[in-house]
Parts: sequence; C-alpha cells; structure tokens
Amino acid sequence: MSLKVIIPTPLRRFTSGAELVELEPGTVREILDRLETRYPGFRASVCDESGSLKRFINIYVDGEDIRFLDNLGTPTKDGSEIAIVPAISGG
Amino acid sequence: MGFVKGLRCRECGRIYPARLLAGCEDCFGPLEVDYNYEGIKGVLSREVIASRPRSMWKYQELLPLDNPPVVGLSSGGTPLVRARRLGRALGLDNVYVKNDSVSSPTLSFKDRVTGVAINKAIEFKLEAVGCASTGNLANSVAANAAAAGIPSFILIPENLEQAKITTTAVFGSRLIAVRGNYDDVNRLCSQIADRHPWGFVNVNLRPYYAEGSKTFGFEIAEDLDWRAPAAIVVPMAGGSLISKLYKGLHELEQLGLLKAPLHTRLYGAQATGCNPITAAVKKGSAEIQPVKPNTIAKSLAIGNPADGYYAARLMVKSGGWGEDASDEEIVAGIHLLAETEGIFTETAGGVTIAVTKKLIAQGRLKRDELTVLAITGNGLKTLDAIPVARPEVIEPRLAAFEALIGGKSNVA
Repeated sequence: MSLKVIIPTPLRRFTSGAELVELEPGTVREILDRLETRYPGFRASVCDESGSLKRFINIYVDGEDIRFLDNLGTPTKDGSEIAIVPAISGG
Repeated sequence: MGFVKGLRCRECGRIYPARLLAGCEDCFGPLEVDYNYEGIKGVLSREVIASRPRSMWKYQELLPLDNPPVVGLSSGGTPLVRARRLGRALGLDNVYVKNDSVSSPTLSFKDRVTGVAINKAIEFKLEAVGCASTGNLANSVAANAAAAGIPSFILIPENLEQAKITTTAVFGSRLIAVRGNYDDVNRLCSQIADRHPWGFVNVNLRPYYAEGSKTFGFEIAEDLDWRAPAAIVVPMAGGSLISKLYKGLHELEQLGLLKAPLHTRLYGAQATGCNPITAAVKKGSAEIQPVKPNTIAKSLAIGNPADGYYAARLMVKSGGWGEDASDEEIVAGIHLLAETEGIFTETAGGVTIAVTKKLIAQGRLKRDELTVLAITGNGLKTLDAIPVARPEVIEPRLAAFEALIGGKSNVA
C-alpha cells in the first residue's frame, strides 16, 4: 500500500532533492505527519502555527483541491497522487 | 532603464535578486518587484512622460525591464472615453470608460502584461514561453512570442470559446487543451514549469508580468490630468489587475506625480457563477474559498484566484466593495455599453457594466463622483455569449424597404 507525493522544487531542500516521495495512505494530515517524521521541518514550511495550510500553497489529491474535499482530513488511498503546488496567477 | 532593485516577498519580506522565480521559496507568498524609487524620482516627471509617444512604455522606468522593449511596442495608450450616454443610462454624471478592448496587438489588457513578460523572457534568453490561459492571455502570449521569434506552449481549458482558440493558434503556438477547468490547467502549468526550463508568463515570470497591469492605472491618472478617480470598477479573475492598477496609482503618488491625494475606492466585479473574491468581501473576509466556475464570462472563470486575498483586502481597505452579476445581467451589460458608447466588449466588460449598475443601486457609486469603468477585452472574442441576431430580410426593392420601416411612398 503506497501513494506518491509530488514535491515542488522549493520543498525539495527538505527531501534531499527527491521529487517523488512514496508513503502509506492516510488522511492528508497524516501524510504531512509522515513527511515531517521523515523530513524534519517539512510541515512548518507548508502549514502555519495553527496547523492550517498556508495561504499560498495548495494540496491536490488525485487532481482535486482538498478545499473541495475535506481539507486536511481528506482521505487518500493506495495509488493516490498527492500534489503540493504553490498558488499561481493567471488569466 | 534599470531601476529594479530585486524581488521582495509580499508576505515575509524576503529579498531575491531579479531572476526567474514563481514565488517566495520560504512561504510561497507572491513576489513584488522592488524599484529604486529615489532614482526614478530623479528622472521621471509629468513633463518627461507627456513628451513620450502614447504607449505603455512611456512609464518604462516603472516597469521591470533592463533594456528597451523589442516587442509589444504599440501596447497600452488605449482611450479613456468620457461616457456621457452610458452615464445618463446609469445615472452617473462623471463616468469614463478605460477602453482596453482596442488594445494592441490582441484586443485585451493582457497585452500590457505579456508585453513585459515576453520582453523579460528575451532578457532572460529563454528558449520557449508558455502560459495557462482563459483565452486573452493565450492570444497575447502567442502574438508577442511570435513577434519575438520564441516558440510558445499554451494550455487552455478544453471548453474555451472557438474564437479564442483560433486567435491563438493562428500565431503558430503549440496549443494544448486540457480536460478540466482553468484551475486544473493552471495547476498542471505550475507542475510543468517546475520541470521544464521555459518561461511561463503566469508562473515563473509572474512577478514581472503582473507589473504590466500598473500601466492601466498610470494611463487613467495621466489622462485625468494627473488625478486619480474617486472610484474604479474592475473585473476580477485572479485578482491581479485590481491590485496592480492600484499599485500604479500609489507609485505615481509616491513619486509626487499626482496633483491631488490618492483616495480611489476600488470596486471588484465578478460573475455570480465564479465569485470567490466578491463572496469573501461580502462575508467580511479576505480568505478565499475556491469555487467551480459556471459562467459565460470564461475570461474571468478562475475558481482559485491566486491574488484574491489581496484583491479582497484592497477593496475593503480603499472603501470600495465587491459585487457580482448573473449571466443575463452580463449580456445586458454588453448591450448597454455597445448601444450607448459604441464599444463592443467581451463578457468581462459586461460584468463591469452589470456590477456598476448594482453598485449605483446600492448607493456605493455616487452620481457626481469621477468614476472609471475598466473594459478589459473585446466582444469579437465572445460572440457565442450574445444571442444570434437575425437581420430582417427583404427583396431588393425600395417598396419592400419602405414597407418594412413604415415609411414614404408608393414606388414599385
């Protein structure tokens, strides 16, 4: 049982440069816990002091923004793809 | 030229040298271009600006290029129209339309941002450029990239209007439709930009690109004899234009170029079918809850607006407000502007007009105050939004014509 987390360039300083990290499925919050255990400092870079996701970072589970799901409580499953993507502008 | 000091994170204040960078590497906050305003003050005066040809480049010291531009030279300098007939219809005595529907080269205000972005891509010697787009940005990136001789990759939502597809593809761009909405396209674009060494105008060129929108504000003030209007109504997609045009007005004040203090109230306009920013303002918040867009105003259909937080804060702080309009109201807005001023705008302009009507009804816009309405795109790109008009058909005989209009004589 595993899923893939896609790490954007600015966060690869925590993952020794790894772009993909494989982890056990769980809620997004649990995934962030596991990333923090493996790469200390990781969570503080994407979450604020209250534990919420920072304003300019988005997390997608299988292509869907977790704000349309259950935020950090969103479940994941075997084979899920989690993307951590900085917010960008456009038009 | 060359008054750029670097890039500064709007959230944490971290400073970066001016390089290709999407956002702050510490907190992911957006980056603002930081200028040497003292240096600019020494060279830029109202007289110097007035002496230059009418285009966005007359404010070049306040744009983040190190060299003179080589493409998009005719962008900006669009008319500020005193809209008397529209004003009578709306109940405003002192209203102007800033008409970027006639922007060069691609008929939307996006020519201002890509003008900066593509010239910056040339300065960075990038081998290709790209963007995620709801259409207008696609047109403009494609045109300016073609003029620069740089290949472009353009990602659009699959359901985009045919006109905006044709008016992008014609420039020889690699046009890729993505199954999903604009926010899906944008996410993919961000991930591509993270892996490929290209310049994505709305990702890693964003800090520079966004600066082009300031010229919308510069021109309004200059055309009003260096005064900022009492109120501006601006359509919002990602929320960048409203913030940047205000930044532009603020810079003019900072440089001593305005003749009266800056007290402009900013009003943001969205479609009700995609209103994450105006919904936040109405809730008394700046925190954006993303939405799934469902509106004819596809150029504004960004459900997850990156600059929405700042746009919402600015509207409230400036004493303005955010309001939204239904698809029917948007179409009525397009007709009203066309029939009163002879200006055919796209759906985003219909949003501006429709929201203006509501703001007047709510007492937020005042009859005698100097109000500017931002018209950012051209109606020829969104013909699908307007019900097909069937002409009256007659035989080629004078009698047939006169029978139709109920006029004149008994000729055969």
